[in-house]
Amino acid sequence: MPMYLNEDQAMLRDSAREFLKSEAPVSHLRKLRDDNCKDGFRHALWKQFGEMGFTGILIGEDDGGLGLGHVEAGVVLEEIGRNLSPSPFLTTAIAGVSALNHGGQHLKDKFFPGILAGNTVLALAIDEGAKHRPAHIATKAERSGNGFKLTGQKQFVIQGASADALIVAARTAGSPGETDGITLFAVDKDAANMSMDSARLVDSAMAAHVTLDGVEVDGDAVIGEVDNGWQVLSALLRAGRAGSSAELVGVGAGAMDMTVDYLKQRKQFGRLIGEFQALQHRSAHLYSEMEIARAAVLKAQQLLDEGKDSAEVYVSVAKAKAGRTTNLVVREGVQMHGGIGMTDEYDIGFYMKRDRALNEFMGDANFHAGRVAEIFGY
Amino acid sequence: MRERMTMSDLDQFRLDVREWLEANCPAEMREPVRGEDDVCWGGRNWTFKNEAQKLWLERCVAKGYTVPDWPKAYGGAGLSAGEAKILRQEMARINARPPLSSFGIWMLGPALLHFGTEEQKVHYLGQIARGEIRWCQGYSEPGSGSDLVSLQTFGEDKGDHWNVNGSKIWTSYADKCDWIFCLVRTDKTNKYQGISFLLFDMETPGVSTKPIKLISGNSPFCETFFDDVVVPKEQMVGPLNRGWDVAKYLLGHEREMISGGGLGDGAPSLGAQMLASIGANGLGQLDDGLLRAELAQFDVDALAFKAMAERFTDEMKSGKGHPAQPNMMKYAGTELNKRRHELVMAGNGSDALEWESEASKGGAKARNWLRTKANSIEGGTSEVMLNVIAKRILDLPGA
Repeated sequence: MPMYLNEDQAMLRDSAREFLKSEAPVSHLRKLRDDNCKDGFRHALWKQFGEMGFTGILIGEDDGGLGLGHVEAGVVLEEIGRNLSPSPFLTTAIAGVSALNHGGQHLKDKFFPGILAGNTVLALAIDEGAKHRPAHIATKAERSGNGFKLTGQKQFVIQGASADALIVAARTAGSPGETDGITLFAVDKDAANMSMDSARLVDSAMAAHVTLDGVEVDGDAVIGEVDNGWQVLSALLRAGRAGSSAELVGVGAGAMDMTVDYLKQRKQFGRLIGEFQALQHRSAHLYSEMEIARAAVLKAQQLLDEGKDSAEVYVSVAKAKAGRTTNLVVREGVQMHGGIGMTDEYDIGFYMKRDRALNEFMGDANFHAGRVAEIFGY
Repeated sequence: MRERMTMSDLDQFRLDVREWLEANCPAEMREPVRGEDDVCWGGRNWTFKNEAQKLWLERCVAKGYTVPDWPKAYGGAGLSAGEAKILRQEMARINARPPLSSFGIWMLGPALLHFGTEEQKVHYLGQIARGEIRWCQGYSEPGSGSDLVSLQTFGEDKGDHWNVNGSKIWTSYADKCDWIFCLVRTDKTNKYQGISFLLFDMETPGVSTKPIKLISGNSPFCETFFDDVVVPKEQMVGPLNRGWDVAKYLLGHEREMISGGGLGDGAPSLGAQMLASIGANGLGQLDDGLLRAELAQFDVDALAFKAMAERFTDEMKSGKGHPAQPNMMKYAGTELNKRRHELVMAGNGSDALEWESEASKGGAKARNWLRTKANSIEGGTSEVMLNVIAKRILDLPGA
């Protein structure tokens, strides 16, 4: 596979770019925040995602989807990042669907039609502490009758209070730190004994702390095999990490464009500030890093689509590289904007906030650099 | 059987290449490159390190594999971009060494393919492909480094030839090379459009060289002096006074080549290579937490750059890349390579400080480390690369 988009992928990018620029530009996010929107995204926009076919990218053709891959998912996510468009796309259509693709047909039949239509929203209940440590799951799932009883605490559950179902990682065996003994469940939103405490995050998204106090689910709720959930969780995480890397690249690209434009407009000391070599060299460095990050993300997506083992290391390379790069771009972006960059009225601050949240999502750059070291055995 | 029937031409090509490499690449040529003389540079004065090196070159020359994507008429194999990529992958798969390395292949060749006359192409490209002539580059001058276009070496028009006087600096391996491609001022009144691109034999009377000893203790570069050197008019590439266009085109290829250094020797992880020298703690992690973190960050950057190099090649071959992209690759690749060698030194501690011992192979690590400091200077400094990116890619004002 050559390392650039083919014709179909380029067409998808063009239509996603046009759609998001007109339907969900940064002003859309601003309005939603100013309206104190309790979902953190608009259901109407999610419906439009369905109409555009985006929600079916990773759903197989047999199940009514497009049967495309992670490269295509990333094409849409980069445009989402560029426009800071809030939606359940990454959690539901990319990470959630990747988990359900490992589940039984009954789960696909239950969720895929609603996802395809842009109705159903899934939320991911993985993290239990402030930092992403997916093997350290302590939430318990004890056998009870035909099913299981779930007890534990989850946090950073994006759009949890707006979701139709939660994908919950819980422990059916073993102890925290072990990858064996984890099982994934699809838990309906109105399950008894589940409570949520939602908070708005710095990037205006809504995230829930979820308390599971003996939530009863039947055997049908299990995604994949009991005790072997690590495999399903890994698929979910690979998709979510590659996807969030692509979104990060979009956030970086959007912030970079804004900043370079600003350097060409703002005058100080009688000349455009873009004429100053101090700013030129820093901008050129950002460009270089962004190009490399985009290549790393594309490589990870291609390896995932080809089913290669090396996808594992490249997904972490992509998340670490995109995370570090976009973080640098937004910090430099705010600095180069000067005073105006500190104002709420100006959009560059939104990019900085989104970068912070995306960097944290499914493991930050340090977590993933550490994973690269582990995979290479040092 | 069914697989064979559905096989594409490229898959078939891969099988053919694999088979040919298996039969023709000597075992000694599948060992990692350990020293300077493991790389075959060819030329009139080349001494082959062993029979295998000679045999491998001859076999590749016969097949056109020293310059696989050049046309067959000029000594190449006429491979398409897709086929050339497969050949590279298959050679990498068995760790095959390049049969021939030369500035002729990386730099002069592409410029001749673009600017040369048919006679020049047949003559010079054939010699390059066969490894007969080793070329050096005469660009920088003592007073013209980053500001290359200010160069002063002058060629006086003598009717059928140029009479060249002046000097060049940082001429790589000038003392070992056979011919030079050289930027010479042919019009003193026009800065950019007053330079011509000349080719001449280093054995021409009036040419002399003097090696420059570097901080690494080695002398890969020379000062080169021209004292009434006669260069026939037909040895000019491109139009009179338009040598700067040829030079810029060629610099793109040079920057591309130097950027490759960031990729290291093919091993995927620098951190993993450090386990032996640093040792592991109870968790099996490098027993130096902060160095481990730095190495992990480096591996992330190196693998990301590797993906970028692949993307760059694919985009350039398909005409999708930005024409100034080689400047970005040169900047990122050389800065990465300098970081790699800083970490090699840190990871190997006092062992890496040895300058002359047998254990250190004559101070290889320290000398390589010092050599990399030139990476971000030669072929255009990092600062110049950033200027070019700012001007040509980001379109920043007044750059």
